[in-house]
Amino acid sequence: MAVKFEQTGDGEYKLDVCGYSCPHPQVYTKKALQKMASGDVLTLVFDNPSSGESIIAMCDNEGNDLYERSNDGGMSIWKIRKA
Amino acid sequence: MSNEGSAVDVVMKREGWLAQAGNRYAAGIMGLILLGSLWALSIDTRYVYLLVYVWFGMVYGMFLQYGRFCMAAAVRDLFAVGVPRMAVGMMIAVALYSLIAATVTVGGFSTFHSNALGWHIVLGGLIFGFGIVFTGGCASGSLYKAGEGNVGSMLVIVAISFSQAIFVSAGTWFDGLLPSAWIESAAAKDMPAELSVTQGWFDIFTAGYVWDLKGATLAQILGTTNPFVSSYLVNTLLVTLLPTLAILVLLYAVYYKKGYLRRAKISAPALGDHARGMWSMFTSSKNTAIAGIGLGIFAGLQMWVTGALREHYQIYNFGELLSAMGHTDGLSIQETVFDPGYWYITTQEAQWGGWILEKLGVNMTDNIFFGLDNGLPNPLLNAPGFMSIGIILGAAMLALSRREFKWKLPSMETAVFALVGGTLMGLGARIGMGCNIGAFFATVTNGDPSGWVYLFGMTIGGYLGVKAFNMWIERRSSQQDECEL
Repeated sequence: MAVKFEQTGDGEYKLDVCGYSCPHPQVYTKKALQKMASGDVLTLVFDNPSSGESIIAMCDNEGNDLYERSNDGGMSIWKIRKA
Repeated sequence: MSNEGSAVDVVMKREGWLAQAGNRYAAGIMGLILLGSLWALSIDTRYVYLLVYVWFGMVYGMFLQYGRFCMAAAVRDLFAVGVPRMAVGMMIAVALYSLIAATVTVGGFSTFHSNALGWHIVLGGLIFGFGIVFTGGCASGSLYKAGEGNVGSMLVIVAISFSQAIFVSAGTWFDGLLPSAWIESAAAKDMPAELSVTQGWFDIFTAGYVWDLKGATLAQILGTTNPFVSSYLVNTLLVTLLPTLAILVLLYAVYYKKGYLRRAKISAPALGDHARGMWSMFTSSKNTAIAGIGLGIFAGLQMWVTGALREHYQIYNFGELLSAMGHTDGLSIQETVFDPGYWYITTQEAQWGGWILEKLGVNMTDNIFFGLDNGLPNPLLNAPGFMSIGIILGAAMLALSRREFKWKLPSMETAVFALVGGTLMGLGARIGMGCNIGAFFATVTNGDPSGWVYLFGMTIGGYLGVKAFNMWIERRSSQQDECEL
Protein backbone atom coordinates (compact mmCIF):
# COMPACT_ATOMS: atom_id res chain seq x y z
CA MET A 1 0.00 0.00 0.00
CA ALA A 2 1.64 3.13 -1.16
CA VAL A 3 0.68 6.54 -2.41
CA LYS A 4 0.48 6.51 -6.22
CA PHE A 5 0.77 9.68 -8.28
CA GLU A 6 0.95 9.23 -12.03
CA GLN A 7 0.29 11.06 -15.27
CA THR A 8 -2.51 9.27 -17.10
CA GLY A 9 -2.74 11.45 -20.20
CA ASP A 10 -2.17 14.91 -21.57
CA GLY A 11 -2.83 17.24 -18.63
CA GLU A 12 -4.38 14.37 -16.67
CA TYR A 13 -3.06 12.98 -13.42
CA LYS A 14 -4.18 10.41 -10.91
CA LEU A 15 -3.49 10.32 -7.17
CA ASP A 16 -4.40 7.21 -5.18
CA VAL A 17 -4.16 7.60 -1.41
CA CYS A 18 -6.39 4.69 -0.42
CA GLY A 19 -5.57 3.20 2.94
CA TYR A 20 -4.38 6.48 4.39
CA SER A 21 -6.14 8.57 6.99
CA CYS A 22 -5.77 12.22 8.01
CA PRO A 23 -3.77 14.18 7.23
CA HIS A 24 -2.16 12.15 4.42
CA PRO A 25 -4.87 12.50 1.73
CA GLN A 26 -5.22 16.28 2.01
CA VAL A 27 -1.45 16.86 2.29
CA TYR A 28 -0.73 14.65 -0.76
CA THR A 29 -3.54 16.31 -2.72
CA LYS A 30 -2.03 19.71 -2.02
CA LYS A 31 1.39 18.48 -3.11
CA ALA A 32 -0.02 16.87 -6.27
CA LEU A 33 -1.82 20.05 -7.27
CA GLN A 34 1.39 22.03 -6.75
CA LYS A 35 3.11 19.75 -9.30
CA MET A 36 0.41 20.30 -11.93
CA ALA A 37 -0.14 23.17 -14.37
CA SER A 38 -3.19 25.41 -14.57
CA GLY A 39 -6.08 23.61 -16.34
CA ASP A 40 -4.73 20.12 -15.60
CA VAL A 41 -7.13 17.59 -14.14
CA LEU A 42 -6.46 15.44 -11.08
CA THR A 43 -8.41 12.26 -10.42
CA LEU A 44 -8.21 11.70 -6.69
CA VAL A 45 -8.98 8.30 -5.15
CA PHE A 46 -9.23 8.08 -1.35
CA ASP A 47 -11.12 6.21 1.34
CA ASN A 48 -10.91 8.50 4.36
CA PRO A 49 -14.18 10.48 4.42
CA SER A 50 -12.84 13.02 6.93
CA SER A 51 -10.20 14.21 4.48
CA GLY A 52 -12.91 15.01 1.94
CA GLU A 53 -14.28 17.91 3.92
CA SER A 54 -10.82 19.50 4.14
CA ILE A 55 -10.15 18.90 0.43
CA ILE A 56 -13.42 20.68 -0.48
CA ALA A 57 -12.38 23.68 1.66
CA MET A 58 -8.88 23.63 0.20
CA CYS A 59 -10.18 23.69 -3.41
CA ASP A 60 -12.64 26.42 -2.50
CA ASN A 61 -9.91 28.51 -0.94
CA GLU A 62 -7.47 28.16 -3.81
CA GLY A 63 -10.06 28.45 -6.57
CA ASN A 64 -9.55 24.90 -7.91
CA ASP A 65 -12.66 23.40 -9.51
CA LEU A 66 -13.86 20.23 -7.78
CA TYR A 67 -16.30 19.29 -10.52
CA GLU A 68 -17.05 15.63 -9.97
CA ARG A 69 -17.54 13.69 -6.77
CA SER A 70 -18.53 10.05 -6.48
CA ASN A 71 -18.66 8.40 -3.08
CA ASP A 72 -19.69 4.83 -2.46
CA GLY A 73 -19.04 2.29 0.25
CA GLY A 74 -16.43 4.51 1.87
CA MET A 75 -14.46 4.92 -1.39
CA SER A 76 -14.32 8.32 -3.09
CA ILE A 77 -13.27 9.24 -6.64
CA TRP A 78 -13.10 12.99 -7.16
CA LYS A 79 -11.98 15.12 -10.09
CA ILE A 80 -10.30 18.48 -9.60
CA ARG A 81 -9.33 20.98 -12.32
CA LYS A 82 -6.48 23.19 -11.21
CA ALA A 83 -7.18 26.92 -11.48
CA MET B 1 -57.04 7.61 -3.33
CA SER B 2 -54.31 10.12 -2.94
CA ASN B 3 -54.06 9.20 0.73
CA GLU B 4 -53.69 5.55 -0.15
CA GLY B 5 -51.06 6.47 -2.67
CA SER B 6 -49.03 8.41 -0.14
CA ALA B 7 -49.37 5.61 2.43
CA VAL B 8 -48.01 3.16 -0.14
CA ASP B 9 -45.22 5.58 -0.90
CA VAL B 10 -44.34 5.76 2.77
CA VAL B 11 -44.24 1.96 3.04
CA MET B 12 -42.15 1.78 -0.12
CA LYS B 13 -39.81 4.40 1.23
CA ARG B 14 -39.48 2.57 4.51
CA GLU B 15 -38.77 -0.68 2.72
CA GLY B 16 -36.37 1.17 0.53
CA TRP B 17 -34.59 2.55 3.56
CA LEU B 18 -34.24 -0.87 5.12
CA ALA B 19 -33.30 -2.44 1.80
CA GLN B 20 -29.88 -0.90 2.15
CA ALA B 21 -27.65 -3.14 4.26
CA GLY B 22 -25.98 -0.18 5.99
CA ASN B 23 -29.33 1.09 7.23
CA ARG B 24 -30.22 -2.36 8.56
CA TYR B 25 -26.96 -2.53 10.50
CA ALA B 26 -27.52 1.02 11.81
CA ALA B 27 -31.04 0.06 12.92
CA GLY B 28 -29.57 -3.05 14.56
CA ILE B 29 -27.09 -0.99 16.58
CA MET B 30 -29.87 1.38 17.65
CA GLY B 31 -31.99 -1.64 18.65
CA LEU B 32 -29.13 -3.06 20.72
CA ILE B 33 -28.63 0.27 22.52
CA LEU B 34 -32.35 0.49 23.28
CA LEU B 35 -32.56 -3.13 24.45
CA GLY B 36 -29.42 -2.72 26.56
CA SER B 37 -30.86 0.44 28.10
CA LEU B 38 -34.16 -1.27 28.93
CA TRP B 39 -32.32 -4.26 30.39
CA ALA B 40 -30.21 -2.01 32.64
CA LEU B 41 -33.25 -0.04 33.75
CA SER B 42 -35.16 -3.25 34.50
CA ILE B 43 -32.36 -4.27 36.91
CA ASP B 44 -32.25 -0.88 38.64
CA THR B 45 -33.72 2.41 37.45
CA ARG B 46 -30.73 4.23 38.94
CA TYR B 47 -28.70 3.03 35.96
CA VAL B 48 -30.34 5.91 34.14
CA TYR B 49 -27.39 7.96 35.43
CA LEU B 50 -25.00 5.77 33.45
CA LEU B 51 -27.31 5.56 30.44
CA VAL B 52 -27.36 9.36 30.12
CA TYR B 53 -23.64 9.12 29.32
CA VAL B 54 -24.35 6.46 26.65
CA TRP B 55 -27.10 8.47 24.99
CA PHE B 56 -25.20 11.74 24.95
CA GLY B 57 -22.15 9.88 23.66
CA MET B 58 -24.28 8.47 20.84
CA VAL B 59 -25.47 11.97 19.90
CA TYR B 60 -21.90 13.30 20.01
CA GLY B 61 -20.77 10.42 17.78
CA MET B 62 -23.44 11.25 15.20
CA PHE B 63 -22.59 14.95 15.11
CA LEU B 64 -18.84 14.23 15.03
CA GLN B 65 -19.24 11.88 12.07
CA TYR B 66 -21.73 14.16 10.30
CA GLY B 67 -19.44 17.19 10.50
CA ARG B 68 -16.12 15.30 10.25
CA PHE B 69 -15.66 17.15 13.48
CA CYS B 70 -12.14 16.36 14.55
CA MET B 71 -10.43 18.95 16.68
CA ALA B 72 -7.04 17.64 15.61
CA ALA B 73 -7.87 19.05 12.20
CA ALA B 74 -8.55 22.44 13.79
CA VAL B 75 -4.87 23.09 14.33
CA ARG B 76 -3.34 20.58 11.92
CA ASP B 77 -5.19 21.55 8.74
CA LEU B 78 -4.41 25.22 9.33
CA PHE B 79 -0.70 24.53 9.17
CA ALA B 80 -0.74 21.52 6.83
CA VAL B 81 -3.09 22.71 4.07
CA GLY B 82 -4.19 26.23 5.09
CA VAL B 83 -7.81 25.21 5.75
CA PRO B 84 -9.59 26.92 8.68
CA ARG B 85 -12.79 24.82 8.39
CA MET B 86 -12.42 22.86 11.61
CA ALA B 87 -10.97 25.72 13.63
CA VAL B 88 -14.10 27.69 12.74
CA GLY B 89 -16.39 24.78 13.61
CA MET B 90 -14.64 24.37 16.95
CA MET B 91 -15.12 28.06 17.76
CA ILE B 92 -18.84 27.84 16.89
CA ALA B 93 -19.19 24.92 19.30
CA VAL B 94 -17.22 26.78 21.98
CA ALA B 95 -19.43 29.88 21.72
CA LEU B 96 -22.69 27.92 21.91
CA TYR B 97 -21.57 25.60 24.67
CA SER B 98 -20.46 28.57 26.77
CA LEU B 99 -23.88 30.21 26.53
CA ILE B 100 -25.68 27.04 27.57
CA ALA B 101 -23.08 26.30 30.26
CA ALA B 102 -23.73 29.78 31.70
CA THR B 103 -27.46 29.07 31.85
CA VAL B 104 -26.83 25.69 33.48
CA THR B 105 -24.51 27.34 36.02
CA VAL B 106 -27.05 30.06 36.87
CA GLY B 107 -29.64 27.28 37.27
CA GLY B 108 -27.36 25.62 39.84
CA PHE B 109 -26.77 22.41 37.89
CA SER B 110 -23.18 22.90 36.78
CA THR B 111 -20.85 19.94 37.26
CA PHE B 112 -17.75 21.87 36.24
CA HIS B 113 -14.40 21.93 38.12
CA SER B 114 -11.56 24.29 37.15
CA ASN B 115 -8.09 23.06 36.23
CA ALA B 116 -5.01 24.24 38.12
CA LEU B 117 -3.10 26.71 35.98
CA GLY B 118 0.66 26.25 35.52
CA TRP B 119 3.39 25.48 33.00
CA HIS B 120 2.21 21.88 32.84
CA ILE B 121 -0.87 22.99 30.86
CA VAL B 122 1.29 24.43 28.03
CA LEU B 123 3.61 21.43 28.04
CA GLY B 124 0.75 18.90 28.12
CA GLY B 125 -1.03 20.75 25.29
CA LEU B 126 2.18 20.83 23.26
CA ILE B 127 2.83 17.09 23.58
CA PHE B 128 -0.82 16.32 22.87
CA GLY B 129 -0.86 18.68 19.85
CA PHE B 130 2.28 17.06 18.43
CA GLY B 131 0.80 13.57 18.84
CA ILE B 132 -2.52 14.29 17.11
CA VAL B 133 -0.83 15.16 13.83
CA PHE B 134 0.45 11.58 13.59
CA THR B 135 -2.64 9.73 14.80
CA GLY B 136 -4.92 11.44 12.30
CA GLY B 137 -7.39 12.43 14.99
CA CYS B 138 -7.85 13.85 18.46
CA ALA B 139 -9.23 11.71 21.27
CA SER B 140 -12.88 12.09 20.28
CA GLY B 141 -11.95 12.19 16.57
CA SER B 142 -10.31 8.77 16.95
CA LEU B 143 -13.51 7.46 18.55
CA TYR B 144 -15.76 8.56 15.68
CA LYS B 145 -13.24 7.30 13.11
CA ALA B 146 -13.19 3.95 14.92
CA GLY B 147 -16.97 4.01 14.37
CA GLU B 148 -16.31 4.44 10.63
CA GLY B 149 -14.36 1.16 10.70
CA ASN B 150 -10.88 2.67 10.92
CA VAL B 151 -8.74 0.09 12.72
CA GLY B 152 -5.82 2.55 12.95
CA SER B 153 -8.02 4.84 15.07
CA MET B 154 -8.85 1.86 17.30
CA LEU B 155 -5.11 1.42 17.83
CA VAL B 156 -4.91 5.10 18.83
CA ILE B 157 -7.53 4.49 21.53
CA VAL B 158 -5.62 1.46 22.80
CA ALA B 159 -2.40 3.53 22.92
CA ILE B 160 -4.12 6.42 24.75
CA SER B 161 -5.62 3.99 27.28
CA PHE B 162 -2.48 2.09 28.17
CA SER B 163 -0.02 4.97 27.95
CA GLN B 164 -2.03 7.00 30.44
CA ALA B 165 -2.55 4.04 32.77
CA ILE B 166 1.18 3.30 32.75
CA PHE B 167 2.22 6.95 33.13
CA VAL B 168 0.02 7.64 36.14
CA SER B 169 1.02 4.48 37.96
CA ALA B 170 4.65 4.22 36.83
CA GLY B 171 7.16 3.21 39.45
CA THR B 172 10.02 5.32 40.64
CA TRP B 173 12.01 5.40 37.37
CA PHE B 174 11.90 9.16 36.85
CA ASP B 175 11.62 10.32 40.47
CA GLY B 176 15.25 11.46 40.53
CA LEU B 177 14.51 13.96 37.76
CA LEU B 178 11.86 15.78 39.77
CA PRO B 179 12.59 18.82 42.00
CA SER B 180 13.10 17.79 45.61
CA ALA B 181 10.72 20.61 46.62
CA TRP B 182 7.89 18.67 44.94
CA ILE B 183 8.73 15.53 46.92
CA GLU B 184 8.81 17.53 50.18
CA SER B 185 5.56 19.25 49.31
CA ALA B 186 3.94 15.90 48.41
CA ALA B 187 5.15 14.38 51.70
CA ALA B 188 3.60 17.30 53.62
CA LYS B 189 0.13 16.55 52.19
CA ASP B 190 -0.58 13.85 54.79
CA MET B 191 -2.09 11.40 52.33
CA PRO B 192 -2.97 7.79 53.19
CA ALA B 193 0.15 5.59 53.13
CA GLU B 194 -1.32 3.18 50.57
CA LEU B 195 -1.16 5.91 47.90
CA SER B 196 2.63 6.30 48.36
CA VAL B 197 2.45 9.89 47.05
CA THR B 198 6.19 10.47 47.41
CA GLN B 199 6.89 7.66 44.95
CA GLY B 200 6.11 7.67 41.26
CA TRP B 201 6.53 10.78 39.13
CA PHE B 202 2.87 11.39 38.48
CA ASP B 203 1.97 11.23 42.18
CA ILE B 204 4.80 13.62 43.08
CA PHE B 205 3.82 15.90 40.18
CA THR B 206 0.17 15.90 41.30
CA ALA B 207 0.58 16.21 45.07
CA GLY B 208 3.81 18.22 45.13
CA TYR B 209 3.13 20.59 42.24
CA VAL B 210 -0.43 20.68 40.83
CA TRP B 211 -2.14 20.72 44.23
CA ASP B 212 -0.10 23.80 45.19
CA LEU B 213 -1.45 25.71 42.20
CA LYS B 214 -4.76 27.48 41.97
CA GLY B 215 -7.50 26.76 39.50
CA ALA B 216 -10.45 29.05 39.17
CA THR B 217 -12.92 30.60 36.80
CA LEU B 218 -12.42 34.29 36.06
CA ALA B 219 -15.52 35.12 38.12
CA GLN B 220 -13.94 33.34 41.11
CA ILE B 221 -10.65 35.17 40.56
CA LEU B 222 -12.43 38.54 40.37
CA GLY B 223 -14.72 37.62 43.25
CA THR B 224 -17.98 38.51 41.51
CA THR B 225 -20.91 37.13 43.48
CA ASN B 226 -23.96 37.93 41.38
CA PRO B 227 -24.60 34.62 39.54
CA PHE B 228 -25.89 36.34 36.41
CA VAL B 229 -22.90 38.70 36.15
CA SER B 230 -20.45 35.90 37.01
CA SER B 231 -21.79 33.43 34.48
CA TYR B 232 -22.86 35.53 31.52
CA LEU B 233 -20.71 38.65 31.65
CA VAL B 234 -17.47 37.48 33.23
CA ASN B 235 -17.15 33.77 32.46
CA THR B 236 -18.95 33.67 29.13
CA LEU B 237 -18.42 37.08 27.56
CA LEU B 238 -14.89 37.80 28.77
CA VAL B 239 -13.39 34.31 28.95
CA THR B 240 -15.16 32.67 26.03
CA LEU B 241 -16.92 34.92 23.56
CA LEU B 242 -14.42 37.76 23.15
CA PRO B 243 -11.36 35.49 22.70
CA THR B 244 -13.46 33.30 20.35
CA LEU B 245 -14.36 36.33 18.24
CA ALA B 246 -10.72 37.46 18.19
CA ILE B 247 -9.64 34.00 16.98
CA LEU B 248 -12.33 33.98 14.27
CA VAL B 249 -11.22 37.39 13.01
CA LEU B 250 -7.62 36.17 12.98
CA LEU B 251 -8.59 33.00 11.07
CA TYR B 252 -10.49 35.09 8.53
CA ALA B 253 -7.64 37.56 8.08
CA VAL B 254 -4.90 34.96 7.69
CA TYR B 255 -6.59 31.98 6.04
CA TYR B 256 -9.84 33.02 4.37
CA LYS B 257 -9.89 36.70 3.35
CA LYS B 258 -7.67 36.46 0.29
CA GLY B 259 -9.58 33.58 -1.31
CA TYR B 260 -12.95 35.09 -0.45
CA LEU B 261 -12.19 38.51 -1.95
CA ARG B 262 -10.83 36.83 -5.10
CA ARG B 263 -13.95 34.67 -5.49
CA ALA B 264 -16.29 37.57 -4.78
CA LYS B 265 -14.24 39.77 -7.15
CA ILE B 266 -13.83 42.53 -4.58
CA SER B 267 -10.69 44.63 -4.98
CA ALA B 268 -11.32 47.40 -2.41
CA PRO B 269 -13.14 45.71 0.48
CA ALA B 270 -15.18 47.75 2.96
CA LEU B 271 -16.12 46.59 6.47
CA GLY B 272 -19.39 45.14 5.17
CA ASP B 273 -17.47 42.98 2.69
CA HIS B 274 -15.38 41.57 5.51
CA ALA B 275 -18.51 40.88 7.56
CA ARG B 276 -19.96 38.96 4.59
CA GLY B 277 -16.61 37.22 4.23
CA MET B 278 -16.72 36.12 7.88
CA TRP B 279 -20.24 34.78 7.34
CA SER B 280 -19.06 32.94 4.22
CA MET B 281 -16.29 31.38 6.33
CA PHE B 282 -18.85 30.17 8.92
CA THR B 283 -21.11 28.64 6.28
CA SER B 284 -18.47 27.35 3.85
CA SER B 285 -18.65 23.90 5.41
CA LYS B 286 -22.28 23.54 6.43
CA ASN B 287 -21.79 20.06 7.88
CA THR B 288 -19.03 21.30 10.17
CA ALA B 289 -21.06 24.33 11.25
CA ILE B 290 -24.16 22.21 11.95
CA ALA B 291 -22.05 19.76 13.95
CA GLY B 292 -20.54 22.67 15.90
CA ILE B 293 -24.00 23.97 16.75
CA GLY B 294 -25.31 20.53 17.72
CA LEU B 295 -22.28 19.61 19.81
CA GLY B 296 -22.31 22.97 21.59
CA ILE B 297 -25.97 22.60 22.51
CA PHE B 298 -25.86 18.94 23.56
CA ALA B 299 -22.63 19.37 25.56
CA GLY B 300 -24.43 22.03 27.58
CA LEU B 301 -27.54 19.88 27.94
CA GLN B 302 -25.52 16.95 29.25
CA MET B 303 -24.22 19.05 32.14
CA TRP B 304 -27.77 20.10 32.91
CA VAL B 305 -29.23 16.56 32.78
CA THR B 306 -26.43 15.06 34.91
CA GLY B 307 -26.64 17.97 37.36
CA ALA B 308 -30.41 17.44 37.67
CA LEU B 309 -29.92 13.69 38.23
CA ARG B 310 -27.36 14.38 40.98
CA GLU B 311 -29.89 16.66 42.62
CA HIS B 312 -32.58 14.01 42.26
CA TYR B 313 -30.48 11.24 43.81
CA GLN B 314 -28.86 13.64 46.31
CA ILE B 315 -25.34 12.65 45.27
CA TYR B 316 -22.13 14.42 44.26
CA ASN B 317 -20.59 11.51 42.42
CA PHE B 318 -21.68 8.30 40.65
CA GLY B 319 -19.58 6.35 43.18
CA GLU B 320 -22.25 6.98 45.81
CA LEU B 321 -24.90 5.53 43.51
CA LEU B 322 -22.69 2.52 42.70
CA SER B 323 -22.20 1.88 46.44
CA ALA B 324 -25.93 2.12 47.04
CA MET B 325 -26.50 -0.42 44.27
CA GLY B 326 -23.97 -2.77 45.88
CA HIS B 327 -21.03 -2.20 43.52
CA THR B 328 -18.13 -1.25 45.77
CA ASP B 329 -15.32 -2.78 43.70
CA GLY B 330 -13.25 -0.25 41.80
CA LEU B 331 -14.19 2.80 43.86
CA SER B 332 -11.42 5.14 44.96
CA ILE B 333 -10.58 5.41 48.68
CA GLN B 334 -12.93 8.41 48.76
CA GLU B 335 -15.62 6.05 47.40
CA THR B 336 -15.74 7.99 44.15
CA VAL B 337 -15.28 7.18 40.48
CA PHE B 338 -14.49 9.42 37.53
CA ASP B 339 -17.77 11.19 36.79
CA PRO B 340 -17.27 14.59 35.13
CA GLY B 341 -20.90 15.07 34.14
CA TYR B 342 -19.84 16.58 30.84
CA TRP B 343 -18.06 15.70 27.62
CA TYR B 344 -14.70 14.16 28.51
CA ILE B 345 -12.62 11.51 26.81
CA THR B 346 -9.20 10.60 28.08
CA THR B 347 -9.62 9.77 31.78
CA GLN B 348 -12.16 7.00 31.18
CA GLU B 349 -9.86 5.53 28.55
CA ALA B 350 -7.02 5.55 31.11
CA GLN B 351 -9.37 3.60 33.38
CA TRP B 352 -9.92 0.94 30.70
CA GLY B 353 -6.16 0.44 30.38
CA GLY B 354 -5.70 0.56 34.16
CA TRP B 355 -8.46 -1.98 34.78
CA ILE B 356 -6.94 -4.46 32.31
CA LEU B 357 -3.44 -4.01 33.80
CA GLU B 358 -4.86 -4.58 37.29
CA LYS B 359 -6.52 -7.78 36.09
CA LEU B 360 -3.11 -8.83 34.78
CA GLY B 361 -1.78 -8.51 38.32
CA VAL B 362 -0.26 -5.00 38.35
CA ASN B 363 -1.08 -2.89 41.42
CA MET B 364 -2.84 0.10 39.85
CA THR B 365 -4.44 1.70 42.89
CA ASP B 366 -1.35 2.82 44.85
CA ASN B 367 -1.49 6.19 43.12
CA ILE B 368 -3.49 9.40 43.27
CA PHE B 369 -4.99 9.19 39.80
CA PHE B 370 -6.82 5.89 40.24
CA GLY B 371 -6.54 5.25 43.99
CA LEU B 372 -7.65 8.64 45.28
CA ASP B 373 -9.44 10.44 42.46
CA ASN B 374 -10.95 8.36 39.72
CA GLY B 375 -11.21 4.76 40.89
CA LEU B 376 -10.90 1.75 38.61
CA PRO B 377 -14.43 0.56 37.94
CA ASN B 378 -15.29 -2.47 35.89
CA PRO B 379 -15.73 -1.15 32.30
CA LEU B 380 -19.35 -2.39 32.45
CA LEU B 381 -19.99 0.12 35.27
CA ASN B 382 -17.78 2.92 33.94
CA ALA B 383 -20.30 5.65 33.10
CA PRO B 384 -18.00 8.04 31.15
CA GLY B 385 -16.49 4.95 29.49
CA PHE B 386 -19.93 4.32 28.06
CA MET B 387 -19.92 7.86 26.68
CA SER B 388 -16.83 6.91 24.65
CA ILE B 389 -18.51 3.68 23.51
CA GLY B 390 -21.63 5.71 22.69
CA ILE B 391 -19.54 7.97 20.44
CA ILE B 392 -18.21 4.95 18.52
CA LEU B 393 -21.69 3.46 18.12
CA GLY B 394 -23.35 6.76 17.17
CA ALA B 395 -20.68 7.41 14.54
CA ALA B 396 -20.97 3.83 13.27
CA MET B 397 -24.74 4.17 12.87
CA LEU B 398 -24.47 7.35 10.82
CA ALA B 399 -21.50 6.10 8.78
CA LEU B 400 -23.35 2.86 7.95
CA SER B 401 -26.44 4.76 6.96
CA ARG B 402 -24.45 7.20 4.80
CA ARG B 403 -22.60 4.28 3.16
CA GLU B 404 -19.32 5.59 4.51
CA PHE B 405 -18.52 2.69 6.79
CA LYS B 406 -15.52 0.70 5.65
CA TRP B 407 -13.25 -1.62 7.59
CA LYS B 408 -9.85 -0.12 7.04
CA LEU B 409 -6.73 -1.92 8.19
CA PRO B 410 -3.73 0.30 8.83
CA SER B 411 -0.48 -0.01 6.96
CA MET B 412 2.61 -0.61 9.10
CA GLU B 413 3.39 3.11 8.87
CA THR B 414 -0.12 4.14 9.98
CA ALA B 415 -0.05 1.58 12.81
CA VAL B 416 3.28 2.87 14.12
CA PHE B 417 2.05 6.46 13.84
CA ALA B 418 -1.13 5.48 15.72
CA LEU B 419 0.74 3.82 18.56
CA VAL B 420 3.48 6.44 18.94
CA GLY B 421 1.11 9.39 18.43
CA GLY B 422 -1.48 7.84 20.76
CA THR B 423 1.18 7.35 23.44
CA LEU B 424 2.19 11.03 23.12
CA MET B 425 -1.48 12.01 23.34
CA GLY B 426 -1.86 9.97 26.52
CA LEU B 427 1.22 11.53 28.09
CA GLY B 428 0.17 15.05 27.04
CA ALA B 429 -3.36 14.54 28.32
CA ARG B 430 -2.17 13.53 31.76
CA ILE B 431 0.41 16.31 32.09
CA GLY B 432 -2.03 18.91 30.74
CA MET B 433 -5.03 17.60 32.74
CA GLY B 434 -7.04 16.39 29.77
CA CYS B 435 -7.35 16.35 26.01
CA ASN B 436 -8.68 19.04 23.71
CA ILE B 437 -12.13 18.33 25.16
CA GLY B 438 -11.49 18.10 28.90
CA ALA B 439 -8.61 20.58 29.11
CA PHE B 440 -9.75 23.03 26.43
CA PHE B 441 -13.35 22.76 25.23
CA ALA B 442 -14.98 22.08 28.60
CA THR B 443 -12.82 24.60 30.47
CA VAL B 444 -12.89 27.79 28.37
CA THR B 445 -16.63 27.40 27.97
CA ASN B 446 -17.09 27.42 31.74
CA GLY B 447 -15.02 30.52 32.39
CA ASP B 448 -11.71 28.80 33.18
CA PRO B 449 -8.96 30.62 31.21
CA SER B 450 -6.54 27.65 31.56
CA GLY B 451 -8.21 26.14 28.48
CA TRP B 452 -6.80 28.90 26.26
CA VAL B 453 -3.34 28.16 27.66
CA TYR B 454 -3.87 24.52 26.71
CA LEU B 455 -4.96 25.55 23.19
CA PHE B 456 -1.86 27.73 22.89
CA GLY B 457 0.34 24.73 23.76
CA MET B 458 -1.67 22.46 21.46
CA THR B 459 -1.28 24.93 18.57
CA ILE B 460 2.50 25.06 18.98
CA GLY B 461 2.56 21.27 19.23
CA GLY B 462 0.39 21.02 16.10
CA TYR B 463 2.72 23.38 14.20
CA LEU B 464 5.80 21.37 15.19
CA GLY B 465 3.94 18.13 14.42
CA VAL B 466 3.10 19.31 10.88
CA LYS B 467 6.76 20.30 10.34
CA ALA B 468 7.89 16.85 11.46
CA PHE B 469 5.17 15.15 9.41
CA ASN B 470 6.19 17.05 6.25
CA MET B 471 9.82 16.10 6.81
CA TRP B 472 8.73 12.48 7.10
CA ILE B 473 6.75 12.44 3.85
CA GLU B 474 9.52 14.29 1.98
CA ARG B 475 11.94 11.63 3.12
CA ARG B 476 9.52 8.87 2.25
CA SER B 477 8.74 10.31 -1.20
CA SER B 478 12.41 10.47 -2.09
CA GLN B 479 12.75 6.78 -1.25
CA GLN B 480 9.82 5.59 -3.37
CA ASP B 481 9.93 5.40 -7.14
CA GLU B 482 6.19 5.18 -7.72
CA CYS B 483 5.50 8.34 -5.80
CA GLU B 484 7.01 11.43 -7.30
CA LEU B 485 5.46 13.89 -4.95
